[in-house]
Order: sequence, then C-alpha cells, then structure tokens
Amino acid sequence: MYLQIAWRNIWRNSRRTTVIMIAIIIGVWNMVFLGALMRGIVVAMVNNGISTLTGDIQVHQKGFRDDPVIENSIKNPELVENMLNNTLPSDARWASRVRVSAIANNARHSSSVTLVGIDPLREADISFIGSAAIQGSYLKPDDKNGIIVGQALVDKFETKLGYKLILMSQDTSLEIASRAFRISGIFKADLEFTEKKFVFVNMPVLQQMLKLQNGISEVSIILPDHQDALHVKNTLNAELPSNLEVNTWRELLPMLNAYLKIYDGFILIWYLVVFIAMGFGIVNTTLMAVFERMREFGLLKALGMKPGRIIAGVLTETLILLLIGMATGNILAFLCVYALSGSGIDLSAFAAGAEFAGMSRVIFPVISVWDLSAANLVVLVLGLLVSAYPAIKAARFTPVEALRHT
Amino acid sequence: MSIDAKMAWRNIWRNPRRTGLTISAIAFASLLLIFMLSFQFGSYEALINSSVKIHAGHLKIQAKEYQNKRDMHLIVPDPSAAGKILDNLHAIDAYTFRANAFSLISSKERTYGVIVTGIDPVREAKVSSLAKLIRVGSYLSEKDTDKALLGELLAKNLKAGPGDELIILGQGRDGSIAATVVQVKGIYRSGIDEFDRSTIHIPLKTFQDAYSMRNSVHEVVAVCKSLRDVSTAKKNIRKVINNQTNQYDITVLDWQELMPGLFQGIQMDLISGIIFYVILILVVAFSILNTFLMAIFERTREFGVLMAIGTTPGRLTKIVLFESMSMTMLGIIAGIIIGSIITFYFQVNGIDIYGSSEILSQFGISGRIHPRLSILSVFSGPLSVFLITFLSALYPTLKIRKLRPVEAIAYV
Repeated sequence: MYLQIAWRNIWRNSRRTTVIMIAIIIGVWNMVFLGALMRGIVVAMVNNGISTLTGDIQVHQKGFRDDPVIENSIKNPELVENMLNNTLPSDARWASRVRVSAIANNARHSSSVTLVGIDPLREADISFIGSAAIQGSYLKPDDKNGIIVGQALVDKFETKLGYKLILMSQDTSLEIASRAFRISGIFKADLEFTEKKFVFVNMPVLQQMLKLQNGISEVSIILPDHQDALHVKNTLNAELPSNLEVNTWRELLPMLNAYLKIYDGFILIWYLVVFIAMGFGIVNTTLMAVFERMREFGLLKALGMKPGRIIAGVLTETLILLLIGMATGNILAFLCVYALSGSGIDLSAFAAGAEFAGMSRVIFPVISVWDLSAANLVVLVLGLLVSAYPAIKAARFTPVEALRHT
Repeated sequence: MSIDAKMAWRNIWRNPRRTGLTISAIAFASLLLIFMLSFQFGSYEALINSSVKIHAGHLKIQAKEYQNKRDMHLIVPDPSAAGKILDNLHAIDAYTFRANAFSLISSKERTYGVIVTGIDPVREAKVSSLAKLIRVGSYLSEKDTDKALLGELLAKNLKAGPGDELIILGQGRDGSIAATVVQVKGIYRSGIDEFDRSTIHIPLKTFQDAYSMRNSVHEVVAVCKSLRDVSTAKKNIRKVINNQTNQYDITVLDWQELMPGLFQGIQMDLISGIIFYVILILVVAFSILNTFLMAIFERTREFGVLMAIGTTPGRLTKIVLFESMSMTMLGIIAGIIIGSIITFYFQVNGIDIYGSSEILSQFGISGRIHPRLSILSVFSGPLSVFLITFLSALYPTLKIRKLRPVEAIAYV
C-alpha cells in the first residue's frame, strides 16, 4: 500500500524525479566504479608485493630481517621443512631460498643486485618469477651456470641472452666469493625496480659458492587465502624453535600495509563527499515535493492520519528514489568494470610515473564486497537520514494552516 | 540595481530554505575543490623540493647519455668552464660539482656495492640538503681528504660508525684499479631508503685522485632561485653550450628530465584528480538543477501574467538567469571565503594524515603536508563550478520560450 502510494507520488512530477535520480545515479556510479579502480591499484600493489619474493608468510632466522647477511641464515632447514609439511594446510605452498646482496659485473658495467638462490620447481608456484614472461628459458633444476635476470638489468648492462655475468658476494668466511654465470633467461616484471634488483640462480649452486652447506635465508609460504596469514603465523610460531621468527606480509611490507589503511580511510571520505554533493539535492527535492503537497498532508491529518504514517510515507518515496538510483548506478558501474576487465587501463604513457608511485603499468578494476557495501550503505542510510527532515516537516503541518494554504 | 536584478533578487528569497540549500551545495563544491587542489599543489611542491634538495637539483650539466648509462667515461671535461656559464646567469642560486662511480665498500666484516659520489663540501652544502641530513658525526669540511659520509642504512649494513675505516675498491676512468681508504666522518639519513642504503660521499679531490679523473667531473648540479626560473635558465645554458664547440657532447637537463617518474607521477595524480572533480561537480549540478527547474514550473502562472502584460520571453529568461546566477555567485563567494580560510589554517599548521609518515618519507617528505593556496587553486575549482551550473541553469530557461500566455495563466 505504502509502496504503491509512494510510487505514484514520485511520478507526479516526473521531470523533477528524473533529475534527482540522475544525480544519484552519477554519484553511485562514481563511487562504485572509481572505487573499483582505486581498489584495483591497491590490490595490484599488494599482490605485487606478495609475489615479489615476500609471500603471505616468511620464516627467518632471528636477526636476519634486521641484518640480512649470510651469517644470519637458517642452519638446519630440514627441521623447518619437515615441520612445515606437517603443520601447514594441505593446499598451502612453500619454497626455501638463499638471498644475498651481491654485485653483478660484466666487462662494461657493475651494479648492486639481490642474488637469489631458488628451487626452480617449488619457486614457480610461489613468486612472480614462475609466471613472469621469460625470454630464453626458466631455470632448469640441474643447471649449474644459468642465471635469470631482469630486462631492465640486461638493458643497463648492454648484454644479452647467453652472455656472461659475474656475481660477487661475501661468503660465510667473510671472503669475497665470485662466480661466472651465463644468462639463460630474461624476465619481465611489473616494476622496473624488480627487474633491476633480482637475479636468480639454482639454490645448491649459490650455497656452494657461499660455502653455506645446506643453509637457507628464508622460507616463503603462500596460503590459499591471504586472510589466514595471522592465524597460520601463530600456529607456526608455537611449533618452530625459538631461534626462528615468523612474519606475515603485513609485517614484512609495512609500507603496503600503511597504504591499505590510508586507502580505506580515503575512500570512505570520498564516499561521504560525493554523498554530500547529492544530499543537498535529495533534501531540496524532497522538501519541494512536501511543500507542494501541504494541503494534501493537512487533509490526511484532518482525516485522522497519524504523523508517523506521514513520515513513513515520505521516507518510502525517498527510499524508492534511492533504490532505483542505486540499482542503476551499480549496474552502470559493473558494466564499466566489465568493459575494462579484459584490457584494463593502460598507463604506458605514464610508465615512469607509475613506476615512481609503485603502481602496475595496467590497472584492472577490482570490486570488493567491502567497498561495494560501504558505498551503497552510505547512500542508503544517509539518504534516508537527510530526508527525515522534510518528512518530519510534512508530519508537523497542522490541518488548519495546511488547508488554508493554497 | 536595475529593475530586473531587483526582481530576481527578491524572487530567490521567496523560498529562503530552498535557496539556502542550493547556495550551500555550490559553496560546498567550491570549498572542497579549493582545499583539494591546494592540498595537491602543496604536496607536489613538497615532493619536488625534497627530491631536488636531497639529490637531483633543478638542472644538471652532464655528458649526453650519462643520465641513461651512468658510464664513468662520460665526463664533463672542463667543469670550471661550465661553472662560468652558471656564474653569469642571474637565475642560478648555487651550483656544485659531482663525480660518481659504482664501487665495493668494505668495513672490517662486511662488503657491499654502492655508488661513491665525490662532492665539493662547501658548494654541496649550498645546493643539496646533505649537510643538514647528518645525524651522527659531522659534515665534511673544506680541507678534509680521505673522509666519508655514509647513508644510515649502509652504515648499519657495514656495521660502521664515525671514525671507522672503509676500503673503497672500484675501477678508475683509465681502467686502472681505484683503491683508497677513507674514514667515516658522518652519517646521514634522508628518509629515502634507496638513497640511505646505497650511497657514500667523499671529497671530490679524493675521488678525482682515486679514480684517475684528473680535473673532470660527471655532473654540474645547479639550483635556481625558484622553480619558475628553471626553464629559462635551461634555455640560456643550452644556448651557450651549443655555441661553444669544445663542449659539443655536453648537455643540460632539467628536473623533469632528471626525475621523469616524479614529473609523470604528478601529472597522473593531477589528471585523476580532475576526473574526480568533474564528476563531483556534475553530481552537484544535477543536485541543484531541480531548484532551477522548479523556479520556473512553480511560477508558470506568474510568467503567464507577466507575458500577458507584455514582458518578452527574452526579458523573463534574463530574470531567471539572474536568479540562478546570483545563487551560484553567492555560493561560490561563500565557498571561496570559507575554503580559503580552512585551507589557510592547514597551510600554516600542516595536515598529518594518520599513518602516512612512513609512506611520505619514502618520497623524501618529512612530517606534515602543507596545502598551498594560489590563484590557480583558489579560482580554477569555483570557475568550473560556475561554468557547469551556468549550463544547467540554461536548460530550464529554454522552457520559457515555449510558454503561451493563455495556457500558462490557466495552469494551476
């Protein structure tokens, strides 16, 4: 009944209703669509951070994070590996690595890099290198001389596939160890920084070069669900010997964590701003609709209608306006997201700027349940709240003054 | 005040509540845009200044290709000649010479690969903020030789502090081995991890001796008196360099070319900001369009009467536009005043965004962001609001021309 009356009421002035609805539609579309784009940027940053050799969880020897040198490596990896096999959920994946700061040299250039010794088969499931576009070939498990380097490093060193690269680093006896490798693969990454920083060789080769025996620097773990990280961390902490420490990606990448928090705050403020912009229109339009019908409300009251029902009636009208506006806005936003889901927004024109901000070169919108519900709740709840003012006004008209009004 | 303006003014106050809400909506949009644009401009300025001050400078004279290749053979052979060019330019505030080489640095226990930079301590202090960034120990003095300044993270990695000796091992310009021992004199922290982890500064003379540079350097770094002077200064320097035949492989780069990421990052932020603002203004425009529309439809009868006694549709249109534009102007003026006051407050006191200091320090900004009011940030937002509301006010006036007096009077 309410619905029917309200529905008919709002279409008594269809032009006015359409105008305010357009305001709501643009507002909601903007909240959901631009929100999804911004979320896409942040999600890409987080995924990038996690896949760039971080993982959801890492295990280190205590002291390694503060002073990442070869002396602080895990000396008894079998123990850790056995324990991980026993305690981790069955669909979790993990890989051990050796990671040292090293110097790469060729005849013309030298530069400081992070030399990473990996187990190629396990690593493929864990970090970006497994899925990166590689020119040449990915590391073969028994390759003693192969090294995989980034495209940007290759450009900087003016070298190419099959050429030699010399790596120097400090070994466990504090001597400088150096070894020549042959470039067997060139990878591309989202950030040029990653391409310049990391070079990969087989773990046993690196262990031998550094006289590390079977020691490792870290174990990186990927969970099926990022959200479980804290829980799994606590389980591992209870099981592992006390000379090891376990950290989640939020601890390992404090910057990203801070970004996420700021973003969450920022988007809520943005939602509020857009809402205020359309809130003025909602109040104004509802006020007009109410004052126009002053006589009508007076009459209803004279007939004995309770003020509460008048308020409910006006609020139902706003509710219909809001719901139609929100539905259309959401649908439009979803269509835009869908349209972009294939190719994304290409920022190649601003490649250096994207790199500077730590963003991927292509942005894909991401719709998150949290953003979506926040946007719609803000509009719905605040929309009803602001239209309470005209509704109460309508309920307060006294029959006598209202009937006198023409 | 003409009779039309007077009528318009009285008309808008026939419904003070509605007018008030409409003006508030416009004022809100204007003040928000003023604040946001000032905030953006303020943070760009902080970003540029900190990057310029920590390392890059406004302008660099260096060998062509040096920017990309960082090859130590690409030198500025006669730095004093380049210095003379800069001395003659009024816009240049200060300049200094630098030479860089990638080398191995060893402390007692550790070895790392870093960028060794030779600096002229006195000149450097006028160009970059290095001298002010020293946290432990002290800055280099003019007479120092074989002393070094170390980034904080590098010092931690090397386990070295003031007084400790470091061995520098690299390759000289002539292909010989460059080896020297320096003593740590001071430790600096810029907040930019990459800089603090991988750089060490030694006196230029020590560098030139160790790396067989003779008198040459890699970069002449200059700062201008203000950011606005950079492009003219660059043109002037380029002109002189091109005229000197012995300097044919030398070039000059400005901060946008030295830090393309920073420049593009700013462009990207500005463009995305503008998209946000345009959409916001559109929402506001539709929000207030109803006020403009109702002002006409409510008064169909009145307009009918006015037309019947001889008022031309043109004059009615003028009155209605007067009404909507005076509301817009009131809103914009209120927005400019309130927006400027709020922004000015934060310009003086700074804004501390919760949890952002870590992120900001990665970009070399320490502490709070100060928005910066400027003609552009104060007027461009409200002007766009004005234009878009003007367009939305035009739409209802089109209806006036369609009014027929007889029907309009009959309209209830």
